[in-house]
Amino acid sequence: MPRRTIVETDTDADVTAQAGTLYLRGAWTTQHLGGLVDKIGTDKIGALIAHDPRNGDPLHVEAGGLTALDTAGAWVLYGLLRGLEARGSEARIDGLEDGHRALLDLVRDRAPPSLMGQRPAAPPRPSDPGALGRLGRMTMAHLDEAHAITAFIGEVAIALFEHVKRPARLRTRALLGMLERAGVGAIPIVALLSFLLGIVIAYQGGLQLQSYGANIFIAELVSLTMLREFGPMMTAIIVAGRTGSAYTAEIGTMKVTEEIDALTSIGIPPLDLLVLPKLFGLVIALPLLTLVADVAGVLGGMVMAAVMLDVGFQDFADRLPQPLVYRSFLIGIAKAPVFAMIVAIVGCFQGFRVSGSADSVGRKTTVSVVQSIFLVIVADAAFSILFSFIGI
Amino acid sequence: MASATVIEVRGLRTEYGPMCIHDGLDLTVRRGEILGLCGGSGSGKTTLLREMNLLMRPSAGKVEVLGIDVLSAAEDALTPLRRRIGVMFQRGALFSALTVKQNVAVPLKEHTDLPARLIDELALLKLALAGLAPGAASLYPRELSGGMSKRAAVARALALDPEILFLDEPTAGLDPVSAEAFDALIVQLKCSLDLTVVLVTHDLDTLWRVTDRVAFLAAKRVAACAPIAELPRHPHPEIQAYFTGPRGRATAQAAGWTRA
Repeated sequence: MPRRTIVETDTDADVTAQAGTLYLRGAWTTQHLGGLVDKIGTDKIGALIAHDPRNGDPLHVEAGGLTALDTAGAWVLYGLLRGLEARGSEARIDGLEDGHRALLDLVRDRAPPSLMGQRPAAPPRPSDPGALGRLGRMTMAHLDEAHAITAFIGEVAIALFEHVKRPARLRTRALLGMLERAGVGAIPIVALLSFLLGIVIAYQGGLQLQSYGANIFIAELVSLTMLREFGPMMTAIIVAGRTGSAYTAEIGTMKVTEEIDALTSIGIPPLDLLVLPKLFGLVIALPLLTLVADVAGVLGGMVMAAVMLDVGFQDFADRLPQPLVYRSFLIGIAKAPVFAMIVAIVGCFQGFRVSGSADSVGRKTTVSVVQSIFLVIVADAAFSILFSFIGI
Repeated sequence: MASATVIEVRGLRTEYGPMCIHDGLDLTVRRGEILGLCGGSGSGKTTLLREMNLLMRPSAGKVEVLGIDVLSAAEDALTPLRRRIGVMFQRGALFSALTVKQNVAVPLKEHTDLPARLIDELALLKLALAGLAPGAASLYPRELSGGMSKRAAVARALALDPEILFLDEPTAGLDPVSAEAFDALIVQLKCSLDLTVVLVTHDLDTLWRVTDRVAFLAAKRVAACAPIAELPRHPHPEIQAYFTGPRGRATAQAAGWTRA
């Protein structure tokens, strides 16, 4: 007795009323229920049996035309029967195969009480806090995050201090791996983007210089902006998107799969293994990448100067060795480790903030990238103010 | 009448790179039975299960599920077939971003045009059929105990009223009481929903209590496929070791088969 022979030619489930009898037809299965459910929505059962002159008499349900029934169909049928009973018609069902009847009984017995009768009221929605309330909540959430990241920086500092006391504990292999992935791997993209940026600066600046006949100053314009500001910042932003996000995703996934807990219980402080090599790796790699960006950017400027302003490579290069350019270069390189710390710490911190689910990893990775780029630019602005204050 | 065979595997060969997992493996699953797959670690039980539930393509051979040859069928033909089978993964594989109820509703939303309210009711009904308390419906997977996760996973596997239910290690990691309750659930679901069940397990209790037949995988093929009571007398050395070791004997005795 195949109770659910699902055949492609099954007809849609249907029910029709005729002279006090409801005729069930077709396959009452998950795939074929759609139209039926529209037809017998609770308020329409009345319409279905209303024109019946014997309305109110025991109603006869004839199931002979039922070709298949699964739990979904049984549930809808059970709902139909309950609907009829609620209207005072005591429905009698005939022609139901034994297997189908067993399924109907199963659904009747096992239906969760919450589905019977009144549905429990939906839990009260939290009332809208209003604009001021939302502002307050957001402020508190941000303060909370600031508090947490400060605490995290403190923990990393302590772990760092422990390392400095016992340098032998440094995980060289992990560190070298980080250097390769975050440093060497980023060289092509950093070089290409900086080269293009150098071209753009030389082109835009060159248009202005040309009108004053001050073509030769293109060398100062490109080298100062590239070395002092754009080199370190571009590099930090690329690395935040490339490496900071990877840090968050890696640590976040480990948190979801309880690997962080496993490390702790084995007695390996997660900060030691996961954060410090990343931090060291980036602090070493970012200044080197900045150097690459500087060289590529100035090269881009040189190409543009030669093409557009008739300033040859030799003329351009001759103007570079002067104190102002040296100083810009050093300032730029000095900013890089600070940016590196921001990217590494924000990336790791957001990784540890991941909780539970896979989509949390995605959200925290987004936050990590946005936050580290934001902080890098804020830090750059702070450097500018500081340097103008002390006059360099 | 539907045919008596729901899955037919003939001359199956599976290779992972240079490693050969199955070679000339034959297996038949009959409609309405509970078939246990067992064998030593690495004997390819889970791989065989994945080949039968359309997650993996074997290297060669024939796999016919519900009358469709899955090796020659186009991907278009496999999607309707996938709706007719339910799979419970070893660790549940519940979607972590969704509540238990939403997890069960996913297949219904994806594959049917039923109204949201009915889907909601059906999800709760499936959870009740899987023996999960109504309160668990709004929990997230991480808030569930091991036994509850497995029940929720079964409820999701049953969402579309499949004809075949695949269970991968249904009782692994459960305490004895939960494991026993889960065994009972499998039998009960199979009887009331007219299912064919294929399960991979190491749990000898489950094998004795639940299965109609047991397929024992050894030496890259099915060494024996018979009711479990016959297996301890099978001459194959691996089967002997499996069923007549101290654990095998204890469960056999507990199940009332005091021979061997």
